[in-house]
Amino acid sequence: MSGERQTRIEDARLLRGRGRYVDDLHPDRVVHLALVRSPHPRARIIALDAEAARSAPGVVGVLTGAETSGLVEPWRGVLSHYQGMKSAAQYPLALGQVRFSGEPVAAVVAASRALAEDACELVSVEYEPLTALASWEQALAPGAPLVDDELEDNIMYRAHHGDAGATAAALAASDHVVRGEFHFGRVTGVPIEPRALVADFDPGSGQLTVHCSSQVPHMMQAVLARILGLDQSRIRVIADDVGGSFGVKIHVYQDEICACLFALRLGRPVKFVADRRESMLTDIHAREEVIEAELGVNSDGTVQGLSARVIAPVGAYSMYPRSSVVESGQVARMLPGQYRIPAYSCEQLVVAQNKTPTSQYRAVGHPLATAVIEQLMDRAARRLGMDPVQIRLANVIRPQDMPYTSAAGPILDPGDYPACLTRLLEVAAYAELRARQAESRGAGRLVGIGLCSFLELTGPNAQFYGVGGAPISAKDGATVRLEPDGTAVALVGITDQGQGTRTSTAQLVAAGLGIPVRQVRVLSGDTLAVPYGGGTWASRSAVVGGTAIVRATRLLRRKILEHGADLLEAAVEDLELDQGRLQVRGAPARSLALAELAATVHYNSNRLDPAREPSLEATSYFVSPNAGTFAYGSHLAMVEVDRESWSVRLLRYVAVDDCGVAINPALIEGQVRGGVVQGIGEALLEELVYDPEGQLLNASLMEYLLPTMGDLCDIEVHHLSTPASVGEGFRGVGESGAAAAPGAIANAVADALAPLGVEPSDLPLTPYSLFQLVGAEHA
Amino acid sequence: MEIGFVVNAEPVTVRVEPRRTLVDCLREDLGLTGSHVGCEQGVCGACTVLLDGEAVRGCLVLAVQAEGLEVLTVEGLATGATLSPLQQAFEDHFALQCGYCTPGFLISASALLRRQPDPSREQVRSMLSGNICRCTGYDTIVDAVISAARR
Repeated sequence: MSGERQTRIEDARLLRGRGRYVDDLHPDRVVHLALVRSPHPRARIIALDAEAARSAPGVVGVLTGAETSGLVEPWRGVLSHYQGMKSAAQYPLALGQVRFSGEPVAAVVAASRALAEDACELVSVEYEPLTALASWEQALAPGAPLVDDELEDNIMYRAHHGDAGATAAALAASDHVVRGEFHFGRVTGVPIEPRALVADFDPGSGQLTVHCSSQVPHMMQAVLARILGLDQSRIRVIADDVGGSFGVKIHVYQDEICACLFALRLGRPVKFVADRRESMLTDIHAREEVIEAELGVNSDGTVQGLSARVIAPVGAYSMYPRSSVVESGQVARMLPGQYRIPAYSCEQLVVAQNKTPTSQYRAVGHPLATAVIEQLMDRAARRLGMDPVQIRLANVIRPQDMPYTSAAGPILDPGDYPACLTRLLEVAAYAELRARQAESRGAGRLVGIGLCSFLELTGPNAQFYGVGGAPISAKDGATVRLEPDGTAVALVGITDQGQGTRTSTAQLVAAGLGIPVRQVRVLSGDTLAVPYGGGTWASRSAVVGGTAIVRATRLLRRKILEHGADLLEAAVEDLELDQGRLQVRGAPARSLALAELAATVHYNSNRLDPAREPSLEATSYFVSPNAGTFAYGSHLAMVEVDRESWSVRLLRYVAVDDCGVAINPALIEGQVRGGVVQGIGEALLEELVYDPEGQLLNASLMEYLLPTMGDLCDIEVHHLSTPASVGEGFRGVGESGAAAAPGAIANAVADALAPLGVEPSDLPLTPYSLFQLVGAEHA
Repeated sequence: MEIGFVVNAEPVTVRVEPRRTLVDCLREDLGLTGSHVGCEQGVCGACTVLLDGEAVRGCLVLAVQAEGLEVLTVEGLATGATLSPLQQAFEDHFALQCGYCTPGFLISASALLRRQPDPSREQVRSMLSGNICRCTGYDTIVDAVISAARR
């Protein structure tokens, strides 16, 4: 039932190795795609000869840039509500020039992936390498070459948020101003199942079926229709089991369009599965930003103003259709965090350079905004000699301030932010931890405690994408129906990449109909079957999809009660529905099994009231009436920095989150914990390193370090459930952990190093970066 | 070339190219798609199988190296309708999310429990640190392995 720690209905299958991931599909006559990718980050293609590949063993098709350009409508990742935004157009294969290392220039399909890769070796490409723009400084330098010749400069987008004049005045009037220049490394999502797709075109029906490892089947249907020039109704996108995603599988990638083109041309299934090197080179990257910020505080700890400049070097193209400006936009929108900050100003500058495009990765922008404001709060606390708790409580937006209009724009719906912090201090035994820390410090050990309070915008309405022309639905829908035997089927637009969405959906339906969870079958991820919806992103599954599911179930329940009232000759108001039975309240003899009612409606409709529609199915859609709602929480990390190796060891991690109405606490904990660990990876281990020539140096999991079990301690998760004012009260939880952890770790490390008089500002905090920071005198 | 080995107690004979990896052979030639390919570099562990009782990376072993040996994959863990104690513990403790890394964890954990029937949390963390899960944050996997050991 809803609210319980229900075990997952998907597990019995997945645990037996009976998952249905895209690469598990082996349709008859399937052929495999491999790509020739540019080794240069910026180069002109002088000549490309693919003739030898065409006659290589097993090869059934070869495409070059010139051949694909006439077959598609090129795509450009710009959103019209970001005024002045510009980006190069993208084609399935680079035309004339390549803009990042790994960009595909030719494509081969063959009887096996190995044969396709063999044939790729036979494609000869002559490049004229050009100086790559490997940094934003290079890209903005006067006279810099252009990432795209058609654009007048390398500035993809710039905007100002808030009130610059008022903020300058507020900072000038503040007793103290604390500053920072915070650098965030480039990371990527690394779902363990790589991007994968099987495209199959049936010339008879004119249908293109695309099995795709995706969070957004309907968006894929829409963008494929635009790019390939097909009717949306002739494209069926199926996303069955998806092996993780985290925002990676929510964009249009060149290789995937190539696979569709081959399917259309050959009339047989074409499979593309990215290998890990391709994934590291071409999956969207994220986070790389420089954020300069100043916080004005008075001596009593009250914050007077916040001023910031965000520079986001986003890569060669703005990704389609979500664009690559949203991460820095979210930073600008969320930088004030949970605090009452009367004056706010933020410059946003999005710069193109010759690197892999960045775009939306779990918690988009929030980890950066949160890490910056939370580090500034700690810096202010240190300056004023206050405890980090004290300064947070002095400035946090309180329940009585709600709804609160942030100086950065968003209107915050009712919630209880201080309650999370208070609870955190209690469950983590904060005072004791401080005592332990003092003891350790006394013994010369570098132990630190970091607090991080966050706020996350979830379940947004069309303001994010739809208003800017992107074919991305902000609404979501659910259809719930009763089968003739009294079991239920739910068809939902939201999708599952591991969150347990099928289970939580079944719980909501089961609770609404009074039947066991395992009598609910859930289908998602099939555009031909499920109600139109945006899929899964921005922690929206529960907020938007969950509300639609609850309401569709409520409508179905009403229909059940109406038919039951007719059959039992009672008033709807007098009926109870529970444990698979319909009963007249107080008269147990007058009852009807749900199965009996369902069988009557489906098979013996002559018994029904002829005025009543013979239906046991209901559909509901929901879209947030506001900009969205907000999830929030407070996290604590305790770490020790080793004085020899300068590595950071995690001693304790405690999270308190409020995700509104809780559907399944175990799934919520799983989301928080998984997100926290991704955030810890971002804070301590993960970074895509480029050399000054624009080459990615660590495109493998041997050199790009992900957190493993051995790196971590247990992550303690607690929750509060303050219903959101939006929909059915869900706030969403998919990204909370990822939003909070980098800030918590950064503050803990800064606290650990405080006795050495240094303040780290950059993530990740690798041993080498800490060694450099503390300098020779301490190391 | 033609090779023969035993998979999940069933003798099989397959023709493979010498360069075929064991995991590709299992997935493509034998239709056992439970073992997953995550990195093809031996780092992520999603393709882990037992080869004569030893946990190996299916992407780093060639199919021809399995000639005459016994292979156990995730498909061989359950007995009919009954999950193995380890699989059941994974379900009970919410030790999986997307499920893609799970077969590798189940096999690695099986090998761990053969060697160390009563491991501590620290031992589990150390011995399973060669498998990567990007979803769960790992705690529930540790819980499940400890619980399975005690069943």
